Amino acid sequence: MSGQHAVDIADLVHRYGDRVALDRVSFTVEAPSIFGLLGPNGGGKTTLFKILATLLRPASGSAHVGGVDVVSNPAAVRSKIGVVFQNPSVDGKLSVLENLHHHGMLYGLSGALLKVRCAQQLDRFGLSDRAGDRVEALSGGLRRRVELAKSLLHGPSILILDEPSTGLDPGARISLMDELHQLRDRDGVTCLLTTHLLEEADHCDRLAILDHGKVVAIGTPDALKQAIGGEVITVRCADAAGLGERLGARFKTTAEVVDGTLRLEVANGHAMVPEMIEAFPGEIDSITVGRPTLEDVFVHVTGRRFWSGGAE
Amino acid sequence: MSSASSVEVRPAWTMAAWSLWRREVVRFLRQRSRIVGALGTPIVFWLLIGSGLRESFAAGGSGGGADSINYLEYFFPGTMVMIVLFTAIFATISVIEDRREGFLQAVVASPAPRSAIVVGKVLGSTTLAFGQAMLFLLLAIPTGLPLGLASFFAVAGVVVLVSLGLSALGLLIAWPMDSTQGFHAVMNLCLMPMWLLSGALFPASGASPWVAWVMALNPLTYGLAALRRALYPGGGGATESVPSMGVSLVVTLVFGLIMVALASRVVHRRG
Repeated sequence: MSGQHAVDIADLVHRYGDRVALDRVSFTVEAPSIFGLLGPNGGGKTTLFKILATLLRPASGSAHVGGVDVVSNPAAVRSKIGVVFQNPSVDGKLSVLENLHHHGMLYGLSGALLKVRCAQQLDRFGLSDRAGDRVEALSGGLRRRVELAKSLLHGPSILILDEPSTGLDPGARISLMDELHQLRDRDGVTCLLTTHLLEEADHCDRLAILDHGKVVAIGTPDALKQAIGGEVITVRCADAAGLGERLGARFKTTAEVVDGTLRLEVANGHAMVPEMIEAFPGEIDSITVGRPTLEDVFVHVTGRRFWSGGAE
Repeated sequence: MSSASSVEVRPAWTMAAWSLWRREVVRFLRQRSRIVGALGTPIVFWLLIGSGLRESFAAGGSGGGADSINYLEYFFPGTMVMIVLFTAIFATISVIEDRREGFLQAVVASPAPRSAIVVGKVLGSTTLAFGQAMLFLLLAIPTGLPLGLASFFAVAGVVVLVSLGLSALGLLIAWPMDSTQGFHAVMNLCLMPMWLLSGALFPASGASPWVAWVMALNPLTYGLAALRRALYPGGGGATESVPSMGVSLVVTLVFGLIMVALASRVVHRRG
């Protein structure tokens, strides 16, 4: 049974031909919250998004959204959720209000109720004075707002977003995350978004890191970082493998080689840095020490840099 | 607004279809280049092909009944069917990109009934085709086309029927595709020959036997025959050698219904 979770996924598998896109993925999302699916492109995020949005049938396993099975009852799921796509799904030749109107009618809204809902959403997203403008004339940030306004028109309790910050400048990205936080706090809406941006993932309540179709880590961003513990030292040098071995022996730790650089997860990195430089004079080109970031979490669980694994 | 105020969503079939239909028409009217192309192309085709083949046509076959009329006149119903075919192709070609990364993504993710999506889209395309074909017809009246009122309405009815079938066929082909290049290939391989072998350019009577056979199996042959007979209710106009009005209407109607049903199935299955 799915209980009271907004989203409940169990053993979900999907394949494109021989390629496994989702490999026994399981997790739940509490309501209301902001849940992020973080991963490099090709990691399986969009496949999962499509299954939750009822656009793709999984090969096996189950997925419940709002307590309803996406496979056996897609029509009921569609009514419960709002969906925001990576690429705009508005018609540029129609005005902002016409787009909202059309969308509302697809969801069965009409007459006075449709008018009120459109006005509410325009007001909420600061679009009232642009209602008559054609969408093609709006900036990328405003267009995203139209997408959001549209997806919330029928009052869904769950919003599913695929890379919602695609094409937005940093300022617009921040205000998008603010909107999602407001939706959670004011309206009790659960947001599930896919992202490949580490800074965006940092603003989620919980995260699942998806790599090669598997959930490789799940938890709050803080808990994921704390799981690594202490600090992360990154060393750039000419002979990473050789230096790594000697460093490991000298300091009784393990130094991983990631993309030609050395990476050490240690308890008190700031104290080790001067020692390391003195122990191996001339061999270290640069050395940095910092608290773990989500990038470190990704390297920790996959052994690869986040961006190097990005290619499909 | 809070999520507690969310309404019970009961998507209405007619509203979804109507909204999709309206979008199709509004979108067309807001693109000037499409309007110019839609009206200009058939006129240019009609005059160029019609005038170019005039002498060859007159010098050619004997018997067929078609050589008794001028080729511009012979080619006129074929041009109307071409308008309908091109409109159906234009309307459905956008489906491919729209469905993958555009407007139709949200339509498919909505609870709108799948058959309403098909009907909205097909009726939108039919409306555009109808408008253009009828405008072309009106433009032709000054050139001496004998057209009575009854004939006018008969033509209108036939154009709607032919257009329904071709629009649904276009949607049926376009929906499962993920590239417009693929659609162009199918268009050149299937849709254009369908038109070429419908009697639009030459009558079956003058063609080699196997071509005449293909023409008899081509559903568009019957659409064109119905149109020819609607334009010339009293005979003439190369109507002698084409199927009867009854057969033509039945085949066209059945073809249209089958196409709409198949398109609904494809949209339902492939979301």
